[in-house]
Amino acid sequence: MGAQLRVYKRRIRSVTATKKITKAMEMIAASRVVKAQRKVAASSPYATELTRAVTAVGTGSNTKHALTTQAETVVRSAVLLLTSDRGLAGAFNSNAIKAAEQLTARLEAEGKQVDTYIVGRRGLAHYNFRERKVAESWSGFTDEPTYADAKKVAAPLIEAIEKETADGGVDEIHIVFTEFVSMMTQTALDDRLLPLSLDEVAKESAPKGEILPLYDFEPSAEDVLDALLPRYVESRVYNALLQSAASKHAATRRAMKSATDNAGELIETLSRLANAARQAEITQEISEIVGGSAALADATAGSDR
Amino acid sequence: MAAELHVALVAADREVWSGEATLVVARTTSGDIGVMPGHQPLLGVLESGPVTIRTSDGGTVVAAVHGGFISFADDKLSLLAEIAELSDEIDVQRVERELERAKAEGDAAAERRADVRLRAAASR
Repeated sequence: MGAQLRVYKRRIRSVTATKKITKAMEMIAASRVVKAQRKVAASSPYATELTRAVTAVGTGSNTKHALTTQAETVVRSAVLLLTSDRGLAGAFNSNAIKAAEQLTARLEAEGKQVDTYIVGRRGLAHYNFRERKVAESWSGFTDEPTYADAKKVAAPLIEAIEKETADGGVDEIHIVFTEFVSMMTQTALDDRLLPLSLDEVAKESAPKGEILPLYDFEPSAEDVLDALLPRYVESRVYNALLQSAASKHAATRRAMKSATDNAGELIETLSRLANAARQAEITQEISEIVGGSAALADATAGSDR
Repeated sequence: MAAELHVALVAADREVWSGEATLVVARTTSGDIGVMPGHQPLLGVLESGPVTIRTSDGGTVVAAVHGGFISFADDKLSLLAEIAELSDEIDVQRVERELERAKAEGDAAAERRADVRLRAAASR
């Protein structure tokens, strides 16, 4: 076998192996998307009921609470960025990071300090590499987040907002995550978690303009609100984590699908080249044989003479 | 007045139970409360404790609920809990082991959780 042909054959073998791997990863990601979507759906009854309850307290009482009232001057904001632990997901992480950076720049332009909280090794690596300060970070659960993980993430945020600004507390919390719109579309977006704007929440929970009943609060509206809002934040963080996970798997699936397609194309091109090389080799061999035998025939003819 | 309550018991990551009921008894921070159809709209904070649901076909569903809320309006009652388990789902032996461990470690919260689970399991 000629050297050229051997090189092609070797490359075809290695690309085939890569293709098998990416194909497997594509299928794993596809099955995980379905699972993650199911989890998003399973968490929605709790989130809906909780939103309803928050709206009920917010609109049904005149309670003022630190978590629903807008501070007059916002000194510090917290930004929670959700990324994934692992890459191979196309632009998934860079889109989320870009969205967080735009938000940070906007907040800083408004004269606010920004504390960054990060979920996922990818986001943390990005910030560490640029030597930016990160208030707190978590990793290890981005593929399949549980409610306990969401609680863990939400706890320091709730603590920070309850603290006075002078003692290092924050006045508002923003979250940057990737919304799972569909299998093909995932968009990185930012959202203000707290302080809660009740008008928006009310719009979400009662779009038909339904009138909320006048609730009797047990033990009191303040206590209910005190207990509700941390749960509300946790449930929002949980939902964002789940959507982020689903989006990540969908992005991986898409990235791996295009990698598999590209590998297929590469194999085809390489096979064509290998065939051409083999053909050229055979042609050369034939011409060598013919040339050789002609030379031999000429030589014997010459000696006869 | 409707004679039935529509009850939804939801945990953070799943819907635990839903159906029609005639009476729901739950423990709020200010004491036990029983809700029957036609109750005034209510929103309360739950203590961890067993919740008893009397279904409209005469059965009883007991669940261990750890913290959360009860909200009732228009004969729709929702019980929101971070963790909720039906009494049938509770593995008594495992919970007893948990209780032992919690007592040994002096973990009051875990002890309380195990206790609630055991009480819910005992009343099935």
